[in-house]
Amino acid sequence: MAILVNEESKVVVQGITGREGSFHTKLMLEYGTKIVAGVTPGKGGIKINGIPVYDTILEAKEEHQEINTSIIFVPARFASDAVFEAIKADLNPIVLITERIPVRDSMKFIGYAREKGIRIIGPNCPGVITPPKTKIGVLPAHVFKKGSIGMVSRSGTLTYEIAAAITNAGLGQSTCVGIGGDPIIGMDFVEVVKMFEEDEETDAIVVIGEIGGNLEEKLAEYIKETGQKKPIVAYIAGRTAPPGKRMGHAGAIISMGMGTAESKIKSLNEAGIPVAELPSQVAEIVKSKLEKLKK
Amino acid sequence: MKLLEHESKEIFKREGIPCPKGFLAFSPLEVKKYVKKLNKPVVIKSQLPIASRMKAGGIKFAETAEEAEKVASELFKLKINKFKVSKVLVEEKVDIKKELYLSITIDRYERKYVYLASTQGGIDIENLAKMHPEKICKVHVDPQIEVKPFDLIYITNKLGLTGTEARQFREIAGLFYDLTVKYDCELVESNPLAINGKGNLIAVDARMIIDDNSLFRHPKLKKKLFEEELTSFELKAMESGFSFVELDGEIGVIANGAGLTMASMDSISLFGGKPANFLDIGGGATSERVKTAVNLQLKHPKVKGVLINIMGGITRCDEVARGLVEAVKETGIKKPITVRMMGTREEEGKEILRKNGISYLETMDEAAEEIVKLVKGIKIGNPCK
Repeated sequence: MAILVNEESKVVVQGITGREGSFHTKLMLEYGTKIVAGVTPGKGGIKINGIPVYDTILEAKEEHQEINTSIIFVPARFASDAVFEAIKADLNPIVLITERIPVRDSMKFIGYAREKGIRIIGPNCPGVITPPKTKIGVLPAHVFKKGSIGMVSRSGTLTYEIAAAITNAGLGQSTCVGIGGDPIIGMDFVEVVKMFEEDEETDAIVVIGEIGGNLEEKLAEYIKETGQKKPIVAYIAGRTAPPGKRMGHAGAIISMGMGTAESKIKSLNEAGIPVAELPSQVAEIVKSKLEKLKK
Repeated sequence: MKLLEHESKEIFKREGIPCPKGFLAFSPLEVKKYVKKLNKPVVIKSQLPIASRMKAGGIKFAETAEEAEKVASELFKLKINKFKVSKVLVEEKVDIKKELYLSITIDRYERKYVYLASTQGGIDIENLAKMHPEKICKVHVDPQIEVKPFDLIYITNKLGLTGTEARQFREIAGLFYDLTVKYDCELVESNPLAINGKGNLIAVDARMIIDDNSLFRHPKLKKKLFEEELTSFELKAMESGFSFVELDGEIGVIANGAGLTMASMDSISLFGGKPANFLDIGGGATSERVKTAVNLQLKHPKVKGVLINIMGGITRCDEVARGLVEAVKETGIKKPITVRMMGTREEEGKEILRKNGISYLETMDEAAEEIVKLVKGIKIGNPCK
């Protein structure tokens, strides 16, 4: 089954007429993603890569009832409206590629989506791929291959790096989810890992974190409480990075020492999750874990 | 974007949050003039974009205009972290009866705003948070619902404030939230928020951080840089739109994407080297941009070697190779460079490197290990450097 997206995902591309939107629509179509419509206000009636464009999602849905998923390329200052439109149309999940969205906007639409039980992936994310069925995002398809490793990451290119190594090791991915690098994001590590735990096609999980925030620590907390249902291997980028911008005293009070690479590695280790020192080691560790399972 | 204290206080005052009377001064002579005008004991505060100025000696007190001038001339010679004191805020000294703490910021995990409040404000607030977290009252605010009176009553009750103090505290806390919304703040903070001799609340300090991504909504708040915060190389890199941070080591790092750039730095350290910087060329860099990035690295006196690690996606390896070759030719600087590139147009990129006599390695690990070795080799060759 994989998670979040599969061959049943019928996609509307919001911001399909923009440079990124039209370019990646083409790449997604080439991959086999079922894109049925595009939306750009004011551009309704035209076609992009053979895909009909509408002014609003509601109009697109009237013509294509099967639409259930959205990918958003709309520029930051209009992205919030686009997300609310997708939520209102009950599209789930919503993959939000746009970067530089004001954090207040993200808090609002993510809060609203969570209340309605709608999953937002992003903002500022590379999207989701379930090889070889569908790709809803901007990830380079060639590094992914169907397999049994569930990947979840806050990073872009680093994810491709590790995905390529996993593919080269003959493992491949069930689904790879880029949850995004912003301070406020929709789905977090715990939520995605829970889905992988329940997914029959996923045998092991790779988590790629980086410094800042406490999503990795929260994942460690969750695993400590519930135990590791499937092997998890992590990589944390930023061991040698200088401490980031501090938000006055409040930043220190609210983070309470979390956020550094040491804190994340320590918490993950305490939860029994090995943290690779080099990206290249991730695939090896996963492989050895899977072999142990077989025995 | 951090605002300085005096900028934050201008906004505070405009929105109705009481602050001490004060003036911004650019020289000890100006300080003297303003103290005469205030005709009261004063506090002179260096205007720097850092917290804990008091601990660093950036805040001084004076009773008379002459003393203020003398103290100020010391302040203007001061350098805290990288920052030179170029302006000071001269304020009447508040008769502080009690120091409170109040801020509103973003709780990333809860995806909400959060109030942090305490009756034990002052310079040890972070320690207090560690030792006695129960003494800091936290209240989350959902931006969809916004702040409600009950949130504020809860805070003042938890802090044990009553009467006028509680009323004033709630009013200021409400205004903090209004400010947060109006200016897209990541932080609004006052430490201390003081209770003065007359029992009135007054924001003795003020800090605001504005969300950079929101600046399109605030055309009046011009994006400004604290140039002292940046080295000349960092400024150049910023003008070119790179994400660039200088570090203590000797190996320049060029990669695409923050995660991969950090991972490249970490790998260098793991193989026994030290990164000189972090340079993320972002996605889809043209050969021109790559050339600028390589130029920056080669010309940097601290950089003894460069690691280039590219995971091609929207970034094309041939563009990277072309930019690299041009930079090497143009600068004529011969410092060791190791290249690893993979993904879009990998073969074309490698071909360009081969033709120009630049070697490359197949994996990130090999490239990181190699550059560490090469740079260490240079060190042995020039023990005096």
